[in-house]
Parts: sequence; structure tokens; C-alpha cells
Amino acid sequence: MTVRSAIGVPVLEVEDVFLAFGGVVALQGVSFDVREHEIRAIIGPNGAGKSSMLNVINGVYHPQRGTVAFKGRKRRKVDPYEAAAQGIARTFQNIALFRGMSVLDNLMTGRYLKMKCNFLEQALYLGPARREELEHREKVEAVIDFLEIQHVRKTPVGRLPYGLQKRVELGRALAAEPELLLLDEPMAGMNLEEKQDMSRFILDVNDQMGATVVLIEHDMSVVMDLSDRVVVLDYGSKIADGTPEEVRENKAVIDAYLGVAH
Amino acid sequence: MPEASQDTFARLLLHQAKVRPGRPAIREKDLGIWQTWTWAQAMEEVSSLACGLAAQGFQRGDRLAVVGDNRPRLYWAMMAAQALGGVPVPLYQDAVAAELAFVLNDADVGFAVAEDQEQVDKLLENVPQCPKLKRIYFDEPRGLRHYGQRELMSLDALQALGRELAQRNPGFIAAEIDKGRASDIAVILYTSGTTGNPKGVSQTHAALIQTARVLVAFDGFTERDEVLCYLPMAWVGDFLYSYAQSLVAGFCLNCPESPETVMTDLREIGPTYYFGPPRVYENILTQVMIRIEDAGWLKRGMFHAFMGLAKRVGMRILEGKPGVSLTDRLLYALGALLVYGPLKNVLGLSHIRVAYTGGEAIGPDLFDFYRSIGVNLKQLYGMTETCVSVSMHASGEVKLETVGRPMPGVEVRIADSGEVLVRSPGVMREYHKRREATREAIDAEGFFHTGDAGYFDAEGHLKIIDRAKDVGRLAGGALFAPKYLENKLKFFPYIKEAVCFGHGREEVCALINIDMPAVGNWAERHNLAYSGYADLASQSAVCDLIRECVDKVNRDLSADAALRDSQIRRFLILHKELDADDGELTRTRKVRRGHIAEKYAQLVEALYSGRTSCFVETQMRFEDGRVGTVSADLRILEAKVCGAPEARKAA
Repeated sequence: MTVRSAIGVPVLEVEDVFLAFGGVVALQGVSFDVREHEIRAIIGPNGAGKSSMLNVINGVYHPQRGTVAFKGRKRRKVDPYEAAAQGIARTFQNIALFRGMSVLDNLMTGRYLKMKCNFLEQALYLGPARREELEHREKVEAVIDFLEIQHVRKTPVGRLPYGLQKRVELGRALAAEPELLLLDEPMAGMNLEEKQDMSRFILDVNDQMGATVVLIEHDMSVVMDLSDRVVVLDYGSKIADGTPEEVRENKAVIDAYLGVAH
Repeated sequence: MPEASQDTFARLLLHQAKVRPGRPAIREKDLGIWQTWTWAQAMEEVSSLACGLAAQGFQRGDRLAVVGDNRPRLYWAMMAAQALGGVPVPLYQDAVAAELAFVLNDADVGFAVAEDQEQVDKLLENVPQCPKLKRIYFDEPRGLRHYGQRELMSLDALQALGRELAQRNPGFIAAEIDKGRASDIAVILYTSGTTGNPKGVSQTHAALIQTARVLVAFDGFTERDEVLCYLPMAWVGDFLYSYAQSLVAGFCLNCPESPETVMTDLREIGPTYYFGPPRVYENILTQVMIRIEDAGWLKRGMFHAFMGLAKRVGMRILEGKPGVSLTDRLLYALGALLVYGPLKNVLGLSHIRVAYTGGEAIGPDLFDFYRSIGVNLKQLYGMTETCVSVSMHASGEVKLETVGRPMPGVEVRIADSGEVLVRSPGVMREYHKRREATREAIDAEGFFHTGDAGYFDAEGHLKIIDRAKDVGRLAGGALFAPKYLENKLKFFPYIKEAVCFGHGREEVCALINIDMPAVGNWAERHNLAYSGYADLASQSAVCDLIRECVDKVNRDLSADAALRDSQIRRFLILHKELDADDGELTRTRKVRRGHIAEKYAQLVEALYSGRTSCFVETQMRFEDGRVGTVSADLRILEAKVCGAPEARKAA
């Protein structure tokens, strides 16, 4: 058994978040926190508001009520690029990569926020731009090595099998050197072996890079094995919060989500 | 060059570090960039590893297991062990923990170097069963940060220990190298073992170095050569053709970034010589064919037109033989510009001076393909026990069906039984701890019994037909050489493996594995949907495709009087791929016919009983070691048999 970095103080606090699209209520007063170095899972049936929750955290949606505090800074309204600049990176349920670009170039886009040189300097490949490019390339190569995707470095993403694309997307998020990593169904549609690989990568990201991870996942065994604590949503409300064992025993969860008792 | 002072691998290393300190010794692609170590740097690394091992209590004669992909530090660890008078024991990196246990105990391994977490896990699993295993060192620390085991240490830490010792005692390593003798055991290589447990082959420094010297002289290798080491380190092929030859000739070893990137790395490095078993060449060709069939009509047309020309005249041009018209020469030059050159470039074969294949017979079309586009591919024959090199084609004297003349210094004799016997400086000292087996293999006159059946042709070339014990007879008395048939089948890109049965029976039947990438691609082009290997293998269109291949083999066989009766009557396509993890193939991917006959006895019986289908359930082992079962209803297919009508009626 490995012992991971100690789980610390809460880095993300979600308080009483309420989100509605017209008359459709997606989240009604959800509160929970995520501690440093923790793997936190959000589960729930379809339409429970899981992806909406992630979208609120990284600023795609602005909640009508409630606050999200990241590293102690409370905010009601934040834009995605601000969230990214603060150290929040994410992957998407439906892969959102540049399909015509190579794996390497896709990962380089993950470094965008860290690039200092302006367009002209980069276009002319001047001294500072060159140095910067090399620096970023080194970081990206470290991610490629970490995720074991050296063999597809120069392959256009659109030509890769689905499981690998998912891995590349994780890679792009990692290239941003995030403190908080949001993963929206990282294992959807994968076969057993791909799931095992992905689980190992998530654990390694958490362990070696010290990133805090929030993940949405449908595969119960994955959630139970990986996460330290689990939030359960149903119809936009939080119905349970605790360790995987506690959640598994929770009557409301069994009724709402897991179906008849196992 | 005073060769006497370079009679051990450690002294060779010292020599290279002195003579060409600034030349590249080894390269590895790391984080996307090729990192180079010179001979002087390599010497430094090896010294610190050796001193570190000594500080940890490594004694002369101790064994150091090395397990992992080809990595510079793993090669250096072997050199370090040899510098201390110890014996490296390279292990197959894809072996499961239980297989490692046998070798670790058999070789009394006390120290081990592992590449990464995966290998460390396997070794740690074996610590309780292998009481002698005291220390495990690892190269790649990823995932191992929180492992608390006392046995574990990183190679970085080991080298730091070594540098401390070297500072206290600067003459230590030189003194240790001085104690080495050419007659010491340099390495124990475990043979894959087509039957029973693997056997450790103990080779001396003298045998290996002498053999390597002959090889280096034979094809004129220099410090300017480049080789990509991608073959398992536990295989004699890698030990001799990469490790030993590099130390003798002073050329550079290039370690691929990962096993999946070999094709890209090959292209980036552009090695000058290349060694691989036929299946590697076959995989490359299969990939080329798949891509050509997916290409546009213009490219496809050009490829086929120029390949036709190459087939006609390419080999004669390569060998500098007369009888090629000027028009053909000009056309061939055009082809080199438009097709052969770009093709070789993509395959990373642009700079190849010489390429070897061995270990198995190579298909004629495969062999001709490479030679016709100007790759000087040659066959060699040998085994771990003889440091490979029994015989080899000399450039300009290449004949497909033979394995060339015996190498200088090698005596080959054919026993009355047809078995090939070999006496040479490269013949092993002994099978480790197996006196009985050694006595059986090496006779009183010092000839090693290879177990292969063969003969010399009129020009003095050695021709190998099959394993002596595998050559059988059909019930009708006709010759039955299963490997010959299997190789013929396997040459079709759609067939990955085949196992033929017929010894003592009326007729020949076969079990066949389809080649997943090739057939999968074919299915896609024909709009066939499939979910996986078993599903694809059971489709009737695929059955017809394979039947065509078998029919073609039968047509070829019918032309040969001796083999006419070996035509394949019935076959079936297996529901799972034959796999080393299930004991069906050896680690070098040779079929274990006996084991398969036993495991699939039910299927073999069905083939001979005239039934049209057979239900089967098989255990299979997944990569993580778990065991599951697969089941399927397999169809038995009839093939077309040509000629000799009277024999067919009887069946």
C-alpha cells in the first residue's frame, strides 16, 4: 500500500450554490468542500447536476446564488480563463481536443496561460520566445512521459483511439500544472484495461504531482476504489457526503442511485 | 591492437574509454530528446555502479539479475557486475512473477536491477520464495516513492554510494578489473525452453568476445556504426549483437524511448545494421502492405509496378550480378527515387549496410521483398549455446533456403541421424547446474548437439529443415515437417500463427490464428462489423479468406513430390490468440506444439473425426495475472487438395 501526501485543509469550498436555467433547476443549494491533495468524487444519476457543478467550479456557469471559494478567495462570478489562471484545469465528458492537431500541439495549448511572449515574438521565434518555447516543451514532454504516450507524440489526435484521446485530454489539463483538476467522466466508454490504466494515472497525478482531484464518474467500483470522499447529488440536491464506505451504506443513496441493495 | 589485454568485457570497456573517450557509446531518447553518453562517461557510470554494488556486499562470482526494457543503466549494470567478476543474468521483462522465481532461484541471484515499478513489484513478490534475493535496485523511481521495503534502493542512491567508495579508494575498480580472467563466466542466459523449465547457459568472456570479434571482422563493423537495441536483453541476440559487438567495435547502442516507439526511433536513428527475428520483418512488411492498400490509386499503382520490377531485377542488382538490361537498371534507379528510397526511409532502413535475421526460417516472399528493395538482408543460424554464430550468409552469397556457410573457426558436422553438430570457440561452458543436460548436449569430442535437422548443399551451404525431433512421418510414410508448413501459412499477412498436426496420422490438419491488425483492416474495407478477436475469427467471410490462403499453400505443396501428401485437408480458426502467458508460445514467440496439442486435444480430435464444428472452452491469463475463460463454437473448414487423386479417395 502506498501512503499519499497528507490530506490538508479545504482548498475549494462550495457554499449553497443555486443554479437554474429558466425554470429548470440544476442545482439547489449545494454545499461541500474539497481538501488539499484529496480525490473527491461527485456521483449521482443522470441529470443530477454533476457536470453543472463542475461548470460552476470552473466558471462556465454563474450560479444565481451561493459562492465558490478557491484557496480562500470567495467569488460569485468568475470566468473560465480566470479559473484556469488560478490553477483549475479540467477535462470534458465529450472529448474537446483539436482533432487536426498533433498530441504534442494539443498539450502545448495547455501551456497557453503560462506563455509570456507576444504573438510577434513567437512568430519570429526571437530569443526569449525560443527559450520560452523550449521551457514549455520540456514541461509537456514530462507529461508525455508521465502518461506514456510517446508513441503518438506526432499523431493527429483525431486518428487516435478513444481511450488514448481521453488520456491526451488529461495530459492537456496536466500541462497547465493545475492545483485543482476537474475530471468529467474520465473513464466513460473505456474498456477494462483502459480503465485500469486511467485509474493508475489519476492516482499517480494525485500522488506525484500533488494535485487535488475532483472527478465525476459512473463506474461505481472506480469511484469506491479511487476516491477519499464522495458527494452524492440527486435532482440538484446533495443527498449524501462522506467516505465511500459511508456513502455505500447510506439509505438515501441506495434508493436514489445504486438501486436495490447490493 | 593488443587483444590479449582486452579479454574480458570490463577490459574492453576500459580500452574503449581510453581509445575513443569522446565517441558516443550509448544513447537513449528521454523526454523527446536523444541523450548521448560517451565512452568516457559510460566508464564513469559503470565504475560508480560497480563501486556501489561492491559497497553493498557484491562479491566475485555473485549473480546480478537485470530485468526491464533496454535502458542504458541496465546495460551498465551488467558491465558493472562483470567488472567485479560477477555474473549478470538478464531476464525477460514480460515474464510473470512465477517464471522469474524459477530463474532467480536456479541462478542463486542475490542482487537484482529492475527498470521500473512493474518489474520491482514482480521481484518483491518473489522475495519470500527466493531467500537469496537480498537487494533490488530500480532505475525509474516513478510510483516507488512510498515503497518501504528494506531490499529496495534506487540506482541513483547506489551510484552515490559507489562514488563515495571510489573517493576513499580510487584504485578499487581498476584492481577489480585486473582480477578478471577470460575464462570466467561472463553471463548466464536462460533459453526460452520449448519444453520444460528454462535452462541457464553459462558463457565465458573468451567465448563471447572471440565470437563477437569474428562477427565484427566478417561484416567490417567500426566505431561509426549505429544499432538500435530493441530486442529483449535476456535474448542472446541482444547480448551478442548489441552489447558484445558494441564493446568490441566501439560503436553506439541506441535505446528506444519505449517499446511502442521503436518504429519512430528506428527512423530517427537510421541504424547501419539491424538484427531481428523474421517476425519483426514480417510485422514491418504487414504494416507497409496495410498502408499501401489504404493509399490512393496513384501511389498504390506506383508501388505495385515498381515492386514488380524490384522482384524481377532488384536482387541481382543488389548482388552485382550480370544479366540486367540497361532499361531495367534505369527503371530501377527511378524506382529507388520514387518508391524504394522513400519506403526505406519510412522504415528507418536508409542507412542499413547489413541486416540479419535468424531464430526461425524466413518466408521466401518476405526475404525477397527486403533484398529486392536493396536491403542486404542475410540469414544466420545459431543458438544461445553456441553464441549464435554457427553459420551466416556472406554478402554476395545469399541463398534463401540456406543459412550460409559455417563461420570462420566453426566446425559443423552432420550426424547420421541428420542432426547438426557444432564445435567452436563459442560453444557454451555448461548448462548452469545441470551436469546431466550438459553431458547430453556436448559429446566427448566437444561437439554441441543442436537438435536441428539439416544438411549441406552442393555449394557447402548449411540447410536447416526443422527441429530433428519434430520431423515426423504421416501414416502413409511420407515426410512431415510441421514447421515448414506452418511457416508457409504464416507468410500470408492474414495468418499470424499456425500449428500443424499429422505425425502418425493419415493426413494433415491445422489450427490457425488470424492476424488481428491485417484481418481487421481487411474487414473494415469490406464493411464487416466485429467486436473483437473471437468475433472476427468466426465470421464466414474471414473463414473464406483464410481458406484461400490454405488452398494456395496446398497448390504450392502439390508441386513438390516429397511434400505432396502434406497438403492441409482441414483446419479451424482458433477463438483466441496463442499467447506466451498461457504457455502456448515461448517468450520468443515460437509455438509450443506439444503443449498446444495437449491443451486443444479436443479440437484436434474434432478435426480428424469429420465433424463440422466443435465447442471449446479455454482458460486464458490476462496481462495482470488473473485467469478467465473464453468459449466458442468453432467451425471446421475443408481445404481444397490438389493432385495425387488416388491418395485423397482413401482418406
